[in-house]
Amino acid sequence: MKIIVCAKQVPDTNEVRIDPVKGTLIRDGVPSILNPDDANALEAALQLKDQYPGTTVSVVSMGPGQASYMLRECLAMGADEAVLLSSRAFGGADTCATSTTLAAGIRKLGKYDIIFAGRQAIDGDTAQVGPQTAQRLGIPSVTYVQKIREIKEGSVVVERALEDGYEVIEVKTPCLLTAVKELNEPRYMTVSQIEEAYKKEIIVWNENDVNLAPEDCGLKASPTQVFRSFTPEPKGKGEMLTGTVNEMVSALVAKLTEKHVL
Amino acid sequence: MIFSEKHELIRKLARDFAEKELTKEILDRIEETGEYPKELLDKMAKAGFFGIKTPVKYGGQGSDYLSYVIVMEELARVSAVTTIWVSAPNSLGGGPLLLAGTEEQLQKYLVPVARGEKIMAFGLTEPNAGSDAGSTSTTAVRDGDYWILNGRKTFITTAPVADWCIVYAKTDKTQRGSRGISAFIVDMKTPGVSVGKNEQKMGIIGCPTSDVILEDVRVHNDDMLGEEGKGFTNAMKTLDIGRIGVAAMSVGVAQGALEEAIRYSKERKQFGRRIADFQDISFMIADMATKLQAAKELVYRAAQLKELNHPDAGQAASMAKYYASEICNEIAGKAVQIHGGYGFIKEYKVERIYRDCRVFTIFEGTSQVQKMVIANSLLKK
Repeated sequence: MKIIVCAKQVPDTNEVRIDPVKGTLIRDGVPSILNPDDANALEAALQLKDQYPGTTVSVVSMGPGQASYMLRECLAMGADEAVLLSSRAFGGADTCATSTTLAAGIRKLGKYDIIFAGRQAIDGDTAQVGPQTAQRLGIPSVTYVQKIREIKEGSVVVERALEDGYEVIEVKTPCLLTAVKELNEPRYMTVSQIEEAYKKEIIVWNENDVNLAPEDCGLKASPTQVFRSFTPEPKGKGEMLTGTVNEMVSALVAKLTEKHVL
Repeated sequence: MIFSEKHELIRKLARDFAEKELTKEILDRIEETGEYPKELLDKMAKAGFFGIKTPVKYGGQGSDYLSYVIVMEELARVSAVTTIWVSAPNSLGGGPLLLAGTEEQLQKYLVPVARGEKIMAFGLTEPNAGSDAGSTSTTAVRDGDYWILNGRKTFITTAPVADWCIVYAKTDKTQRGSRGISAFIVDMKTPGVSVGKNEQKMGIIGCPTSDVILEDVRVHNDDMLGEEGKGFTNAMKTLDIGRIGVAAMSVGVAQGALEEAIRYSKERKQFGRRIADFQDISFMIADMATKLQAAKELVYRAAQLKELNHPDAGQAASMAKYYASEICNEIAGKAVQIHGGYGFIKEYKVERIYRDCRVFTIFEGTSQVQKMVIANSLLKK
């Protein structure tokens, strides 16, 4: 089997602060990590590699040069090769342009059976890049995969998480699956694989390498323009009412009246 | 020191492991039962923690001493006893094999030790040969292809659960002092080998320590480790690595103590303000952090010199072990002081830290022995 994993380097926090003047993310002083859902995507690929000898796992990411650190981590977990799509032309991409670039990189990698991606990245939280990439490649996709039930000849059977249950879906390969954290527990790197990861080359491709025109990448190919980013004001502290039921109801009604809710 | 990206990734691995696996519940249970969970040892073996510097062809990871130090430091930050399990195969158990083992011995003994499948203890100390390790009274007398060993080794880490033990014994009684000592790999199941009672220790609970008693134990000549009569040199070289290991444990444990002290001093309020706002507390923390950083630099330097086989590596290892273990005790003491009465209560992490680190200035060469090594290296040139 040939498996491709899409991964992203993200700031290590769910509470990204935003520069109030520039309206962009403040990345200074925030360590960068492998996006958590992408670690589940990689783990799913590595489990198939453990199960099916001869399987290869390639990780592909779009990002600045420093994202190679995250790709080394993927190699140290057990991936066979890592590709970084990196160029000035890719800068400022929204999900639409990102998926164009990722799809171009994946095409260049050649034939594959399954592409795994994380459900969403903790910095943007869009959950769009996975399915969009599948769309560009013309392959089916299943999002929110919580379990891989069976690998068949030419298809896979997976469970797709819903809010109150799950669906069982059989999908033809090649396909793209996006992983949720319930799918698995990502493995640790190992000391020897970290050593090996630094003996390997990270493949770096720019727009020419993946046959994209500069106008098809990055900011120029991004229909979404961020108008303004801001940190919402934190909600005030809740107030606990105490006393008997009657007392609490009276106090609640009084408060709601005071705030003109009633 | 500024680390390479590779070493940063090693740190990330060890830190992630420590924070996810060494939970308060598990550490409390180890403290209560004295038993270290087998699953944890298996997970550490899988991550490669038992053969960090050991070459890949001998079941190891093929990394370096700096990686070893980083792993020890990050694990010690959360749990001191965990690092005893890690240091055994990397240093005292695996070290003598790597230094002097034949190809057959390396395949037979080092491979399973580095993979965490077998446990190798290190038997040097005796009831009357502690700091003066050269005055070993355990003897080995030749009998054809075999040697007959008699004697008693004491404070042997992991002895009750070990598969094998490296035993240092006098093979030439005509030689005085540390000469005429040879090393043997003794299978703990050999007739005549027994272990003493499991010692009840002040700290480092969860890794058993006992005597090893040898009564007419027959060991084949193939299991002599290194050249006859060269055992003591082998032991001393191993202790260089061991000392770097204890130094790394010390800075890790001290880091844990410092973090607890900082956290507590920002939470605890007295006289209407955080105790961190009192100058005496804040200056204590400034001192702790400064000394800790100095100790770290000594440890990293010792690891790098050892990697290069630099002539000053032994001296550097002793300096690192001496300073780091002493300031670790000082930092742990101050962390307890900052916690006040709560620091005396077992529920608080610093109570265990304070007991665990007490032995750091003692085992693998006391601070006094380290000063002897340092002084000798300076004055006998």
